[in-house]
Amino acid sequence: MRARILVALLALAALLPAPRADAIDSIPPLPEPALQQRYLALTHELRCMQCQNESLADSPVGLASDLRRDVREQLLAGQSDQQIRDHMVARYGEFILFRPRMSWRTAWLWSLPGVLMLVGIVIGVRVLRDRRQRVGEESEESLDA
Amino acid sequence: MNAVANRFALPLAGFALLLVVLIAGLYHAPEKGIIVSPLLGKPTPQFSLPGLLDESSPLQAQTLRGHWSLVNVWGTWCFECRAEHETLLQIKQQGKVPIFGIDWKDDDDKARAWLSELGNPYERIGADREGRVAIDWGVYGAPESFLINPSGTVVYKHVGALTPEIWQQEFLSRLL
Repeated sequence: MRARILVALLALAALLPAPRADAIDSIPPLPEPALQQRYLALTHELRCMQCQNESLADSPVGLASDLRRDVREQLLAGQSDQQIRDHMVARYGEFILFRPRMSWRTAWLWSLPGVLMLVGIVIGVRVLRDRRQRVGEESEESLDA
Repeated sequence: MNAVANRFALPLAGFALLLVVLIAGLYHAPEKGIIVSPLLGKPTPQFSLPGLLDESSPLQAQTLRGHWSLVNVWGTWCFECRAEHETLLQIKQQGKVPIFGIDWKDDDDKARAWLSELGNPYERIGADREGRVAIDWGVYGAPESFLINPSGTVVYKHVGALTPEIWQQEFLSRLL
């Protein structure tokens, strides 16, 4: 009985509209779906400078909504995504980008996951080889016995 | 014995390294919240704001040329700004650098009431009602203070309330 109620509730929840990412402002979406898509993508990859670990899209503070207005206006003015990012970086620095740019200063950051994975693979291979060798020796020993 | 030592050496070294990194991170944590402004060393943004006290005297980039200036971003909704106000009054008293205010996303009447209650340290105040100019200045949390040299270049920026010590050490020392 309980399980049935649970299933019914889950089914009902699925029918509810998903929370919308742009619901934070009471303004209508941008006129073209493509523009709205870019608006959502950009506001998710730009940092709210006031709360710092939230994106512009998620933050309720005043500055974030002002910056969302900026992004909207620039999209409507026909600016490219890169131009809008550059506009923000010129004012707030690289820190406003959640995805840091590739440059000599950030090279270590970008290469670290690859380097760590290589280290992991090397260690893994070594451990496996050691184990195989040991198992081989043991079986030889048991044959000898 | 040797085999045991070998087995633990690498993870232990890794752990020690992690410890160093984390402790260094803790030590530098206070600076983490402060974002270095890309405006430093660059000319002030072009802007023009209507005067808060006198509509006929706007605050604009040209106002900040030909003399050193302190540009202070504030608002009556900003708690820290009240704490900072006394320092601003002292700086005005000192008379070395004129202070220009950007009243950020504020109610004009409240702002005028605040000034008549606490005193007005500003030479001129621009009302940034929509917060557009503050964005051009890269402002993210009031109060913020900028030191501008006579050619209009941003020389220094301080985020948070000014104190007499900070004024002395970080601003006055930069005056030529």
